[in-house]
Amino acid sequence: MMQRYSALSLLKHGLSGHKGWKTAWAKARPKPAYDAVIVGGGGHGLATAYYLAKNHGLTRVAVLERGWIGGGNTGRNTTVCRSNYFYPESVALYDLALRLYEGLSRELNYNIMLSQRGMLIAAHTPAQMEICNRIANAMQLNGVDGKLMGAEEAAAHLPLANTGPDARYKLMGGIWQGRAGTARHDAVAWGYARAASALGVDIIENCEVTDIDVQGGAVAGIETSLGPIQTERLGIAAAGATPGLMAHVDVALPIHDYALQAFVSEPVKPCLDTVLLYLGTGTYVSQSDKGELVFGGGLDRVPTHGQRGNLPVQEAVTAGLLEMFPAFGQLKLLRQWAGVVDVVPDSSPLIGPAGPDGIFINCGWGTGGFKAIPAGGWLLAHLLAKGEHHDISRPFDLRRFAEGRLIDEAAGSGIAH
Amino acid sequence: MQHFPCPFCGPRDETEFHFAVEAGHARPEPAAAVSDAAWSSYLYENASPKGSAREVWLHLTCGEYFIMTRDTVSREVTGSEALPGHAP
Ligand SMILES: Cc1cc2nc3c(=O)[nH]c(=O)nc-3n(C[C@H](O)[C@H](O)[C@H](O)COP(=O)(O)OP(=O)(O)OC[C@H]3O[C@@H](n4cnc5c(N)ncnc54)[C@H](O)[C@@H]3O)c2cc1C
Ligand SMILES: [Zn+2]
Repeated sequence: MMQRYSALSLLKHGLSGHKGWKTAWAKARPKPAYDAVIVGGGGHGLATAYYLAKNHGLTRVAVLERGWIGGGNTGRNTTVCRSNYFYPESVALYDLALRLYEGLSRELNYNIMLSQRGMLIAAHTPAQMEICNRIANAMQLNGVDGKLMGAEEAAAHLPLANTGPDARYKLMGGIWQGRAGTARHDAVAWGYARAASALGVDIIENCEVTDIDVQGGAVAGIETSLGPIQTERLGIAAAGATPGLMAHVDVALPIHDYALQAFVSEPVKPCLDTVLLYLGTGTYVSQSDKGELVFGGGLDRVPTHGQRGNLPVQEAVTAGLLEMFPAFGQLKLLRQWAGVVDVVPDSSPLIGPAGPDGIFINCGWGTGGFKAIPAGGWLLAHLLAKGEHHDISRPFDLRRFAEGRLIDEAAGSGIAH
Repeated sequence: MQHFPCPFCGPRDETEFHFAVEAGHARPEPAAAVSDAAWSSYLYENASPKGSAREVWLHLTCGEYFIMTRDTVSREVTGSEALPGHAP
């Protein structure tokens, strides 16, 4: 039985010295066979397991994670959630995720700290404002909240922003999405793990998948560092490690792996209550509940599987932040890190069957898949349970490359994340 | 700042270089006989290797493409050579 969290339980356990809390999810050992196995204990893999059990009643399910759950990109990202994309296919996908996020704390009985503080994508030239107008129109046509914001309103939202005469990038306004914001990344992973475990799913950490067994053109099982496991349904949500896993079944993917960095300053009093991205600098920033400024920017353009960032990008991203907020020059950097992100040429994910029957992938989220976790899980669970696409995942099938139907969000919404 | 070796200019700052493509992607020919699948495989599919990689890079400063052999985890560069037939 899952121990429910509430103000009352907090009080009760507080009075007894916080000694009565149970572990949030059971530490499982692998069984010889499962109805479905999911590789990767990031947000997408854990959400897949939860929705398999919750939406489809499949509970003989295991999530295999080679390290600790949420230790990949899910625990390394800057937690921006939004659905301000350009193409209808993308908006359907990312807004499904945002709608699920909006009810998730209650559904999982786990506070994911979703904070819909709004996000501004700031433009600096009349031409950029025209593009922002086009994206805002597209968002409205796609039925999500988005609007063009003018310079005055933008400056009122961002009292510390660089609006002086020496600003290299003038704050002209841009696209505003009020429902955008941030959420606590670890809580998303832990909340899904706890809820999936309560429904009977095995969450198995320190278990690396090393090979895939195929018989008669269909998946029959996998080899892992904890021994072989039989399954006829395999979901792969392993982010940058997915190309290496699919190489076992001779499937090459349109993915390049790059490092993406993030930075956190020392904590300060509240000074920024929205998420801000500058088109000019490529730097984006928000302030965490603890008061730290959480910021990031573009990719390190050197293909890598090492979770480390390079110095030139650190310099460019930090310089971008100081251009946006000169006052932040007084702050010290507290931490810096990187994750290995799986970048697809059209900046859209890969969701669907791949290679031998029974294998389904959910990857290619690149620099922007935290916001998509509930939808990615929902859709991969649908694929695993029904063996066919959900309407929302169908456009993201691998076949779009041979068919020339790319969903080019890098060009469409003009932003990398 | 890491230094990458250009076979023409020697070691230079990494910011002067641009990754182009994994080495060994031969363009399928003749065009009229190439299937959609083969063409999209040529255009889009990569191995994204973990460990040793052979890649085509561009040295933006001199404008030459060349082949670099690197480790994609440690980022150590183990070789740098001109494209076949383009020796410096
Ligand atoms: C610095 C940074 C900032 C970002 N900022 C944002 C942002 O603001 N907003 C946003 O929406 N997105 C952002 N992203 C992107 C986002 O983090 C990812 O797209 C998302 O977390 C991907 O989730 P996932 O579950 O697919 O992958 P992951 O969380 O990486 O999970 C994959 C898991 O698979 C495991 N695995 C790999 N191989 C194996 C194997 N062989 N066997 C078993 N397990 C294996 C890994 O250990 C890992 O835990 C950012 C990413 C980074 C790195
Ligand atoms: Zn050169």
